[in-house]
Order: sequence, then C-alpha cells, then structure tokens
Amino acid sequence: MTIQQQTTTLGFVVPTSRVVGVSPGQIVDGHIPEGDPRTAWERRRADYKLVSTGNRRKFTVIVVGTGLAGSGAAASLAELGFNVVAITYHDAARRAHSVAAQGGINAARGRKVDGDSIRRFVVDTIKGGDFRAREADAYRLAQESIRVIDHMNALAVPFGREYGGTLATRSFGGVQVSRTYYSRGQTGQQLQVAGAQALLRQVNTGRVALHNRTEVLDYVIDDAGEVRGVVVRDLVTGVIAPILGDAVVLATGGYGSIFHKSTLAVSSNASAAWRAHQRGAWFANPSFIQFHPTALPAPTPEQAKTTLMSESLRNDGRIWVPRTAGDDRDPGQIPEAERDYYLERMYPAFGNLTPRDIASRAATAQISAGRGVGPQHDSVYLDFADAMDRLGHDELERRYGNLFEMYAHATGEDPYSTPMRIAPAAHFTMGGLWSDYDLRSNLPGLFTAGESGWGYHGANRLGANSLLSACVDGWFTIPNSVADHLARRLGRTPLTPGDPCVAAAVERAQQRTAALLAVPGSTPPREFHRRLGVILYRGCSVERSQQSLTTARDEVVELREEFWKDLRINGTGHGLSITLEQAGRVADFLDLAELLCVDALDREESCGAHFRVEHSKDGEAVRDDDNWSFVSVWESNPTESGPRQFTRHAEPLDFATVHMTTRSYA
Amino acid sequence: MKLTLEVYRQASPDAAGHFESHQVDGLDPTMSILDALDTLNDQLVRDGKEAVAFESDCREGICGVCGLTVNSRPHGPTPNMTACHQRLMSFHDGDTVRLEPLRSAAFPVQRDLIVARDHLDDVVQSGAWVSIDAGTAPDADTVLTTAEVSERALTFAACIGCGACVAACPNGSAQLFVGAKLAHLATLPISQPEARKRARTMVAVADANFGPCSLHGECAKVCPQSIPLAAVAAVPKERIRALRTDAHSANG
Repeated sequence: MTIQQQTTTLGFVVPTSRVVGVSPGQIVDGHIPEGDPRTAWERRRADYKLVSTGNRRKFTVIVVGTGLAGSGAAASLAELGFNVVAITYHDAARRAHSVAAQGGINAARGRKVDGDSIRRFVVDTIKGGDFRAREADAYRLAQESIRVIDHMNALAVPFGREYGGTLATRSFGGVQVSRTYYSRGQTGQQLQVAGAQALLRQVNTGRVALHNRTEVLDYVIDDAGEVRGVVVRDLVTGVIAPILGDAVVLATGGYGSIFHKSTLAVSSNASAAWRAHQRGAWFANPSFIQFHPTALPAPTPEQAKTTLMSESLRNDGRIWVPRTAGDDRDPGQIPEAERDYYLERMYPAFGNLTPRDIASRAATAQISAGRGVGPQHDSVYLDFADAMDRLGHDELERRYGNLFEMYAHATGEDPYSTPMRIAPAAHFTMGGLWSDYDLRSNLPGLFTAGESGWGYHGANRLGANSLLSACVDGWFTIPNSVADHLARRLGRTPLTPGDPCVAAAVERAQQRTAALLAVPGSTPPREFHRRLGVILYRGCSVERSQQSLTTARDEVVELREEFWKDLRINGTGHGLSITLEQAGRVADFLDLAELLCVDALDREESCGAHFRVEHSKDGEAVRDDDNWSFVSVWESNPTESGPRQFTRHAEPLDFATVHMTTRSYA
Repeated sequence: MKLTLEVYRQASPDAAGHFESHQVDGLDPTMSILDALDTLNDQLVRDGKEAVAFESDCREGICGVCGLTVNSRPHGPTPNMTACHQRLMSFHDGDTVRLEPLRSAAFPVQRDLIVARDHLDDVVQSGAWVSIDAGTAPDADTVLTTAEVSERALTFAACIGCGACVAACPNGSAQLFVGAKLAHLATLPISQPEARKRARTMVAVADANFGPCSLHGECAKVCPQSIPLAAVAAVPKERIRALRTDAHSANG
C-alpha cells in the first residue's frame, strides 16, 4: 500500500477560540518518528539512548500509582536494574482501580481466519476514536499487544481457554472480529493482581521501595525546569515530605469520578495529574470522557457508585425500550411488536456491539424521549431471553455468571429471567496529561502512562483497549523512553532535601493542606462533589451545547468559590483524615471541571464522545476535519479568583494509512 | 430508615479505643453499610466532629479494601459478600448495628475502622510471583492449558485479598488466603517451575505472621469470592511436595 502523507502540518491553521478567557497558543510537536507509522516504533526504539547495566543502579525513577500501568512501569524498570520508588495511596498495590475492569484485553494476534491483523486493529482503534488520536501510537499499541498477552500469561493470569488448550477470545464493541482475551468477568483483577505481584517480586529484590498509603501533593522542579521528585503526604501520620529521583512517571488513572456518579472507585481522583498541570504540565482533550452504556442506574441520589456491567454482555444481550413513551408494563408483558431494539435497527452492521459513545448517545436519546424504563425512567433494557433460548442457562452462567451475580446483588433482580436495566455513566477519560510519542510530558523528567495520559483512544475508547494501553505503556514503552531520558543525565548532581527548589515544593504542599483545614465553613467535601456531579451531568456529559456548557462553567466557578468559603473538615491534619483527603481531591476536581467545560465549549465540532448538539445532523455527530483535526493542549494561566484563564496549544493530527472517513456503524 | 450505629473509634495506632453511638436517619434499605457510614460522616462533619475513618474504594466487590466487622461478623450478616454489597435491608428499622475494624492480632488498627493488612502482602512478596521479566515470556499458546485447568486456577485466583478469612478464623490463620495463592500458581503449567521454592517461602512467612489452621472452616463462610475450603489443603500439600523435593536434593 502506498502511504499518502497529508500535509496539514505545513500551513496548519488553528481556529481562534470563541471562549472567554482562552488565549491562542503554539503548535505542539508530538515527536512522532517521521515516515511510515507502521515502522515508527521499531525505528524509535533503535534510536533511544541506553543506560548500561552497570550504570542503571545509579538512577532512581519515581512511579506514582500501582495500577496496571504503574505496576508494569515500576516492575519492568526494576527488572532492568534501575532503582524505583513506587507510590500508592492504597493500603496495597493490588487495590488500584484497574482491578475493576471486567470484560477483557484486546490483542492484535490475528491468529484466526476472521480477517484480523495489526492494520485492522489500528483502523478500528483510530476510527473508534473518531480520528482524534495519533496513528503511530495506535500502531505501537497493536504491535506490543502480542507481547502483552504472552507476558501476562507468563505472570500466571488464568486467561479463558478453549477446550483444546489455546487462548479463547470474545468480541467487543466497535469491531467485527474477535480479539478480546479475558478471565471470566474479572480480567482487570487478574491482570492487576499479576502486575502487583510482579511489583512485589521487585520489592523483594530490594530494587523497588514501595510506599503504601502515600499521596502525591506536589512536584519538585529544579531551576532548569526539570521534574526531579514529588512531595507526598503519609496518609497515616500526616507528615509531608519530599521524595527525590531522576524521573517521575505518573500512572494515576483517569478522572471520570469528577462526575461524582461514575463507574470509578470512590478514591479515584485527578489530583496527582492536576497538580502536575498546575506546575505547568499540559492537559490534552480534557472533555473527551466516555460514558459507559452498560452501567447500573444508581438507586438513590446519595450513592456515588454506579456499578459497571461489562460490555461483553452486549455479545449476547439485546438492548431495547418500549416503542411507546411511558409504557410502564412489566417487560415480560410487552410484546415483541411493541419493543424497539433501537441499536439493531439503527446500526444493523454492528447491532448491539456499536462503540460506547454511539450506544450511550442512543440510550440517552431514548431516555430523553421518555422511553426510558424503571421507576425513574432513566434506563434501557438489556435482555437475555433470546440468549437463554439459544444457549441455555448453563452456558450463560459459564460466560457471564459472576456479572449476573453482581447484578443480582446490586438490584435484587434475576437477569436470567428479567431483563437487566442499564444506563450510561461517566467511565473512562480519553483526555489526560499531554505527552509526546515517548510518553514525555512537556515538563522534562515527567512521564505519563495509562489512563492518566491521553494517548491512543482519541475521542472515544474501544472496549478492552484500556487494559491494553496500560500494559503497553507500563511494561513496554516506559522502560525504553525513561531509560533514554536517564542516559542523557548520567553524572548529574542529585538534589538534596535542603535545596531551595525542594523546600519550596514542600512548603507549597503544606500551605495547600493548611488552607483546606483553615476554611471556616460548615459543609463536608462530599456534598460539594455531589453538587459538582449534578452540574457536569447536566452541562457536559453525553450531549453538550454552547448553552449547557456556558451555564455549567458559571456554576462550577460559583461552586468553587463557595467551597473555599464553606468547606468543613475538622481535625488537625496530623494523622489519618479521610475528610482531608476528600477535600483535597474535590478542590482539584473543582478546578479541572472548569477546564472540561472550556475544552468542550472551545471545540466547535462533534467527535466521538464529544457530541455538541449544534454540530449534528439527524442525531449523528458532524466532525469538522478542516478545522479541528488536532489535539487541544491546555495550559492554565495563574488567576486569583473567578473564571480561570487558559492557553490552548494545538498538536496537529495526520493519518497516513487510515483514511479519514465519516464514522459509520450502520 | 433509621439505625443506631455503634462505631469503634481509635484516634491513632497507639491510642486506646472506645465505642461511640450515633443515630442515623433517612437511610434507604437499598443502601450498603458503607453508604450508611458515608451518611453518618456527613452528619459528624456538619456537627464539628471528625469523620469515622473507614476504607472503601471500588464499591463493587472486587478491590477487597472494605473489610470491617458488622455485628461481630466480618463484612456483615450476608454470607460470602463484601461490606460494600451488604445492604441495609438485612436490618430492621431502628436496629442497633455495631461496626468494628476487622479483628485480628495480625491486622493492627490504624484509625477507627481501618487496619493494616500488610502481612498478607508480606506473604505474596516472599514468593507469589513468577520470575519472568518483561519481554522474555514464551508465546502464550505454546503451553496448551485446557479450559478446565484454567478455570480451576481462576477459582483460586479470584481471591480479592480482603483478609476477612483471617478475621473470621478463631486462630487468626491466613490458610485460605495462602492456600488460594498456592493452588492458583501450582495449577497453571506456566508457574509450576517455582512451585517448591514458592511453597517453602510463603508458608514460612505465613507461619511467622498468622495463626495455624485447625480446620474450623469459618474462613470459607465469609469469603466474598467463595474460595472453596479445599484451598486450605493446598498449604500442607504444596509444603509436603516441597519437602519431598528437598529430601531428594539432599540425597542426590
């Protein structure tokens, strides 16, 4: 195939932002290897500088987060012989939220005769992301996916197997092949525990120092602008102290919990990433947030947690709503002719396995039109009656047993006989800290890995690509690119705790904590989080408009000012305080929330999960490649109070092997 | 729904503990026991008091962090279910519910309902891993592993590390936890080469930190993942296999 190099980078023009407080920025270089993206990773790896085996122990890398990306990065660096400090706010490395992923992990092994290949994987991923991700990154994801499965299998992940003994696969949304590897409905847990155990193996060798119950509050940045360490708070003693090193890898997960009601864990937060942003690290596409179509509607407004049901259920479950709005009959009483299997009707080629953004939007449209089901009319049915007839109870139990059990625990209903009720909920963040092809942020010495970064997924992530991207970053990309960074710093004088830049960082963190404790108000942080979630769901969720976003931004600014006047924590901050931890995280969410609204307001097109009602035709997204084929890369400018000021930089996106087309799953 | 929560409070790892009684109104029977604690905490903070420290994260039964003792039972009244899934419908309106940390000498209290379960990871760190570095693994299809073997391994690998088994055991034994790890890793062909060494180190670390197993079976009644009690047998089985290998090595 001939490569068609598009020349958008030359003469690249960025539309001027119409959003108040946004200044134009620069054109950002993603440092993608030039030429054919299919061989980019191979060529880049050959160009990286190396640290000799004897010199590796002279360097210390700080890895923040022990999820699938963090544990992989820490373990692989330590296996190579580098010293690693691994930091997690959890009591144990294994708890990180990668543990909750259910359905599976994609790999472009292409062993079957169903037409799968590296190229097919890349096309699916780029198209799934609505052409807002880097093509060369997607090739790396596909190419390394093969080793990821081999490696995780070697770490004793009990992958699903065929009766003959080979690895089994299933299908996920947005693809027509079967490339998803799995461990029942607990793939994330099995991968996460294997990763954490590989990390503990390195703790055992003494090459990793693991700090549990430790939260990153700030960064040590030297006079040359390089990140040389972190400032942490010991969550048990409350002591704030620096940890110094030669590079920092942030693998701190996504920020979907900014919506309060989300599929994330209650402690999942944006703080480590956001505080890096406050120190100058750019943030990419913050408003690209995935709403998972198969979450359970929360039973009461108090509850933050919306339990997730794996996308794999859409392999055999059929989604429908009653044709008539307000039809409150028992689902079993509604005859076939009066049901609308709307995904099968609208998207016959993919049916119930359309990508998540499309499935969520279609569900939202049905619910908005009054055809939602359940007591609050806020959900749609996911029905297994056909699958029961076709496969039988035992086979369904084998495939989805623990998911059905989880559903029964959460709702008290039996999905074998009654259709599940599902609804879209905030889930995965495609946006995150900006990094280049090598996972370097714009601050030298600071790297990102996994969901805390922005790579691979563009404006919408395909199911089962998330566990994969975390593994590829952690196990196979970071050890290469971090080593290159270190190789260029051999012999550099280490910082000491007495250096002014270290003391300044510690003081900033202490002042921040003191400021939170000093607010003389009366409202617990959780209440602010709940109200923030209401604002964002109303203004910046599955569908956004200029009006909804403008209102949301104003409300966020107002809520933030109220927070800093009316927060109440109680206690001194010496010792364990879950309220202080929550307050710090909510304070950061209140800052980030404004940037979500600004980014969504700024981008005058619809793409993937970013659906602006002004930019749609017959309910389908209208993408604007002439003007918006770039990554929005945000910098926050210091502001005292009121609405914040931002600069929007832009990284142009070119596609050489995948044709930019209108996404169609019909 | 209204409940009286009798909550254990302990200000720091070294402080003495006591119980505090609080009435919480406006609860819903579909809420979990942790949602009730969230509600209590908002109430306490508004009243100028410090929130009850408790641990929870995923709230969907998989992260394993939310261990606490509800009316003297690890996790709560419903068998084989994490605290985050224990619904208030198990109680009657007006009931008094006693909430304590997971109780075991191996799990020192950090604050209120939060304990340190580090000794579980001490066992894992000593050997529950495979010595294969990134990039060096063989093709995952070269060692054929039947669906039956993989499923059996997964039954044991399902452990979420919550520590309820230890808290439920009258001896404070971690035999179910250790056995589940050993059984998982001994079942899969890929992790068998290190099985002997692993059994020796893990059992030694477990013996140093936890009590002995005398087959009470309380562990399996509370295990949220329903790890079969047979897992406890993996500990002597794998240890004896390791000893036999040692004997062979000594002779040969």
